[in-house]
Amino acid sequence: MANTILKTKDVKLKYGDFEALHGIDLSFNENEITALIGPSGCGKSTFLRCLNRMNDLIDGVTITGEFDYRGKDVYAEDYDIVELRKQIGMVFQQPNPFPMSIYDNVAYGLRVAGVRDKETLDEAVQTSLKQAAIWDEVKDKLDKSALALSGGQQQRVCIARALAVSPDIILLDEPTSALDPHSSRQIEATLLQLKEKYTIITVTHNLQQAARIADRTAFFLQGDLIEADDTKNIFMNPAHKETSDFITGRFG
Amino acid sequence: MDKIRESLLKPSRTSKLERRGKLISLVSLSSICLVVIAIFIFIAFRGLATFTSDHVSLVDFVTGTVWNPDVEVNGQPLVGALPMITGSFLITILATALALPFAIGTALMMTDITPKMGTKILQPVLELLVGIPSVVYGFVGLTVVVPFIRDVFGGSGFGILAGTFVLFVMVLPTVTSMTVDALRSVPKNYRSASLALGATRWQTIYKVVLRAATPGILTAIVFGMARAFGEALAVQMVVGNAALMPSSLVAPASTLTSVLTTGIGNTVLGTVQNDALWSLALILLLMSLTFNLVIHFIAKRGELKQ
Repeated sequence: MANTILKTKDVKLKYGDFEALHGIDLSFNENEITALIGPSGCGKSTFLRCLNRMNDLIDGVTITGEFDYRGKDVYAEDYDIVELRKQIGMVFQQPNPFPMSIYDNVAYGLRVAGVRDKETLDEAVQTSLKQAAIWDEVKDKLDKSALALSGGQQQRVCIARALAVSPDIILLDEPTSALDPHSSRQIEATLLQLKEKYTIITVTHNLQQAARIADRTAFFLQGDLIEADDTKNIFMNPAHKETSDFITGRFG
Repeated sequence: MDKIRESLLKPSRTSKLERRGKLISLVSLSSICLVVIAIFIFIAFRGLATFTSDHVSLVDFVTGTVWNPDVEVNGQPLVGALPMITGSFLITILATALALPFAIGTALMMTDITPKMGTKILQPVLELLVGIPSVVYGFVGLTVVVPFIRDVFGGSGFGILAGTFVLFVMVLPTVTSMTVDALRSVPKNYRSASLALGATRWQTIYKVVLRAATPGILTAIVFGMARAFGEALAVQMVVGNAALMPSSLVAPASTLTSVLTTGIGNTVLGTVQNDALWSLALILLLMSLTFNLVIHFIAKRGELKQ
């Protein structure tokens, strides 16, 4: 039985008066990939961004409910948000490397955490780039701008950047939606390798992708969590009609 | 069949309209270019007369420290422009350097720290600052800044320092609003990426936002310098207008523009005195040209980096 690492209870989120999430109860297991699926605007990305408190940056958002991360409430008054984001890393939909060299991009998280030692940085950069399966492609041009890479490469550098701070959980917000099929497959292969060491939560528009890589899948619809189960069950034997309608492509 | 053929061969009403619009744009564009070129030629022609018909050597003009066009020594008028050139550059650099930290700080407040208050309060304040006529700035400088400097630093109060303070307020809105544009053009996802990696807001601003905005901020600085370099009236009111090498920041001095505005009404076209002023104008023109080129250069390099 897998360990539950992060558990949410009755999570509600409001943009002003508009309630975007209507009470989400969901738990995530260690060293598994959980996919959040659902039609556009169903709240899956919003929910994902609650997990590392990225929604705090948006004006007028109120979030209620419990977020139990390894026994501690993420939204507690005294929770160190900087520390939280080191533990729960994030990769965004658009590849967004900083306008710096590849090396500086990957070393960024460690540097802001105060790591100065050149050897530690070198090693972390190399390990993370290897984990993100991009080391061979960039090892000779670490001092070149990350913006000169292709979209798929940029996204894997972004994954490496998130890995470099050795997070506990990695959140991915549609990490392959801006990429071509080939790059997407490479990222998927990377993620499958990464789950040995990390817990991965990914939002995806691509049902096949969820079916290919996710251990568990959660289906969101209009701010509600319809069901969450082993991926096999969701796709082969969904408990709800909405889920099977969505899976079979009747809407969304 | 013939009808279609005819309509295809004959220019239609819309294509005629298109051609007319193009013609109007072209005429406006070329007349503006013509005016600019004419101004250039005219100033160059007048400005070079000092060296061609009055036989002042260019080196003496740029390095000479005595400005007294009425007096001739060895058959040459005393037109050393170095005091004004120094004054102009000193005031420009000091004012921009003083404005820069304030501009970046204000701009960060408006874009990253309190964007709501920024757009509600700071934006209108900045726009107001731009709208105040320069003579008002000069007047305030004359009645407030000059006595203040006189009390604190001694001397008459007129001089480079007074000019710096007045110009500081005048270039601040330009530099700030351009810095704001530069910061706003930094993609939001850089900020979220940095925060998501556990960086604090200050680290994000310092390591990512400011760095990504550097070309834009440099452009803002050069724009501010161009504005400071060309400002005449307000500076002339507080700088003291003594065409001497500035011995200290609080000693009366002069700038290219201040000498021009004080002198241009008192000379007769075609005389040495008048030609010398045109030479100063030529220097001003060349300097603004340089500023423009620098801006283009920075913009080009910024694009390459992206």
